[in-house]
Amino acid sequence: MNERQVNDLVVTLVTVTNLLLAFLISGVVIWALGEDPWFALETMLYGAFGYDEGLGYTLYYTTNFIFTALGFAIGFHCGLFNIGAEGQAYIGGLAVGLLCLWLENWSLWIVFPLAVIASIIFGGIWGAIPGYLKARHGSHEVVTTIMFNFIASVIMVYLLSHVLRPPQEMSPESRDFAENVWIPQMHEIFGWFGFEITQTPLNGTFFFALICLFLVWRFVWFTRWGYELRTVGTNESAAVYAGINVSKNIIIAMIICGGLSGFVGINEIMGSSHRIMLNFQAGIGFTGIAVSLIGRNHPLGILLAALLFGILYQGGAELSFEVQAIDRHMVVLIQGLVVLFAGALENLFRPQIEQFVKQVAIRTA
Amino acid sequence: MPNLAIQLTDINKNFGNVCANKNVSLTVKSGTIHGIVGENGAGKSTLMSVLYGFYQADSGSIAVLEKQTVIRSAHDAIQAGIGMVHQHFMLVDTFTVLENVVLGTESGISLKESLRASELELKRLEKEYHLEVDINATINTLPVGLQQRVEILKALYRGAEILILDEPTGVLTPQEADHLFRILDELREQGKTVILITHKLREIMAITDYVSVMRQGEMVAHRKTSETNREELAELMVGRKVLLRVDKAPANPGRTVLSVDNLDYKDNSGIHRLKDVSFEVHSGEIVGVAGVSGNGQSELLDIITGINPLQNGTIKINDQEITPESRVDAASMRRLGMAHVPEDRQRMGLVTSFTASENIILGYHKDPAYNGLIEMDSDAITKSCREQMEHFDVRPGNPLLRVSLFSGGNQQKMVVAREMERNTDLLVVGQPTRGVDIGAIEFIHRQIIAMRDANKAVLLVSVELDEILSLSDRILVMFDGQIMGEVLAKDANERDIGLLMAGIRKEAA
Repeated sequence: MNERQVNDLVVTLVTVTNLLLAFLISGVVIWALGEDPWFALETMLYGAFGYDEGLGYTLYYTTNFIFTALGFAIGFHCGLFNIGAEGQAYIGGLAVGLLCLWLENWSLWIVFPLAVIASIIFGGIWGAIPGYLKARHGSHEVVTTIMFNFIASVIMVYLLSHVLRPPQEMSPESRDFAENVWIPQMHEIFGWFGFEITQTPLNGTFFFALICLFLVWRFVWFTRWGYELRTVGTNESAAVYAGINVSKNIIIAMIICGGLSGFVGINEIMGSSHRIMLNFQAGIGFTGIAVSLIGRNHPLGILLAALLFGILYQGGAELSFEVQAIDRHMVVLIQGLVVLFAGALENLFRPQIEQFVKQVAIRTA
Repeated sequence: MPNLAIQLTDINKNFGNVCANKNVSLTVKSGTIHGIVGENGAGKSTLMSVLYGFYQADSGSIAVLEKQTVIRSAHDAIQAGIGMVHQHFMLVDTFTVLENVVLGTESGISLKESLRASELELKRLEKEYHLEVDINATINTLPVGLQQRVEILKALYRGAEILILDEPTGVLTPQEADHLFRILDELREQGKTVILITHKLREIMAITDYVSVMRQGEMVAHRKTSETNREELAELMVGRKVLLRVDKAPANPGRTVLSVDNLDYKDNSGIHRLKDVSFEVHSGEIVGVAGVSGNGQSELLDIITGINPLQNGTIKINDQEITPESRVDAASMRRLGMAHVPEDRQRMGLVTSFTASENIILGYHKDPAYNGLIEMDSDAITKSCREQMEHFDVRPGNPLLRVSLFSGGNQQKMVVAREMERNTDLLVVGQPTRGVDIGAIEFIHRQIIAMRDANKAVLLVSVELDEILSLSDRILVMFDGQIMGEVLAKDANERDIGLLMAGIRKEAA
């Protein structure tokens, strides 16, 4: 094995070990509550994969997490800790929604690209302002992006309750868009090819998320812009030495972060709810951070981690539904343990695993 | 007093698969100065860290003052009578000398009490060893030489019989270094034992009684200093014959490539770092900038290379004038025909977590030769990296290896390769051989001279006076942000330059 393979193997083993540990402890808790952990696991996996509706929901959640996790990962490669995916998704979603309300009679083929651009611009601006403040004035992005989450939230509450709410309605939501700007649901897409599946919120945006994963991968590791971004994130002095404009890269990274997070709005608003709602992004931005960190900020890792969290969300909902002693707080506990072990305590067993892999490598060499 | 101060027997220390110390044995006699020399990575620091309790040896035994001792921490080492003066001082800048010395040994409830008690003891020590320092001075007001003295006092105050000094002269002027040697002499007279870790053979010859040579984790030789010479030691360190002097033909300076006029610079905290600096560098010559580290050389490099903004004055490169209004950065300076080997390769010259081929394009990543329309041309980059590694003998020659896995010398060769292969009119080099082994030093020096012989202009900044003397054609000496004087290399001697480095002009002295 060469150095890179050893490294990949170590990373994989470390992640798998940590996840197993998180599940082990979850199992102990479930056992302590007097329930059968195996049955709980079975229920959860069945809920997430066992039938097409469950799978649909799992992938629907996965789509959201891919966007916010990519939004975090780009920033991370540029040395930024973007906690603002939540607000960026919210504002990006607003832009998508407004566009759909405005152009609802246009063809989806025109509205979709415009929606992508709109969410890049709006989400991008929401990321760019903290980026600018960081680059020019040194304000820490963790503080400013959190503040921008709140600002986004307040703006949305105002808009939804005062401006966008149809007069006769009670709930703070906009009216529904016309059907021709809805992104096709997955059951419709399957229907075109003659397959019948159950209707879920899963829609065509899932494929767009996969494309984004691929594009981010190529961008970060194969273009000169990605190179500049990573240099700034890894060694700022070296970036200055190389003549790379650090401020510009920080701002650009934050714009991309905001744009990617904003795509949550496409999945949620254009693809599922078909109207602008309050808190449609709730928690997705923050979960994206965990997804990205567990996926080691690499698109492939993010895909797997987003899938894992999709399973936890959907399977967990099923679990609290099926097993009496387990309510939705239990699901939060399991998610928390995953974040704790795979994120915060990620290097707990790393030395032992490294040692083990090296010995195996020497023996097989 | 026992006859033997330190006996290390068959010390082994591994880090993963890397063997840092292999069956190392060392005997140091009491009341002597014992030098330990070796290239970077030879295992000197590891050995001393084992002795001072930073690391535990995997096997082997340690006897201090003829008593078997187990040293698990620095505290154990101090208890056993070992003191250490680190290369980078471990002092609290805003505390006084007295507070620093007492730090960690305070007793009782009232700090005032224990300070008063210590004051007497400290004064006694200062007198006994001729280590006069104002004990009420704050550390950051003291020059480096005196700060080092405080470190020595600190060790003595803790009852050290054996003092380890790790590269103690790295930060000193030649005069300050001489003074340190007199102090070490004094300590030896008083019966203390000194272990001196250094890579400067001149110092070994000047001060030590015995010398041990390490190479690749092993102790390869013990010599009585009076029975050896620099050439033999260098050969033992490297494992082959080394050319200590650089052979070069006389310079043949041509047109002016770089001219710096009235450069003035204040840093962020308003400290005047450069004062009215002016000089020229011509094609076909190497201009060396000598000086003790921290006298404005780094700032000079950063401004000339576009890393820090030009505040006052003008710079001309190839007749292109740069003023404070030009708003240049490192990229635009490169376009004007400058290549830059930075002082600190780890901090600035390389991104050590990137691969070798990713590092070979640092600063040149926009070069059309490396780029397609959207994605970079990784084949072209790898090919170029492989060529540079071949030309500059970088080992292992694998472009896909992370840079952090290369040795210091090979990392430096990569930086030098990247900057020299561009074949620019002007090469600006800072500390080209800092932390680099002798073999690589020789190689890099020859490359720099080859640049000059190819009629390029070279500006060389180094705190290694030997390096400045052996490479430069003209020498500028910096002190406190000013150029104190200019000396032609053929008339230069260490003493005159040392005085200039200390801020003393000839006519004033």
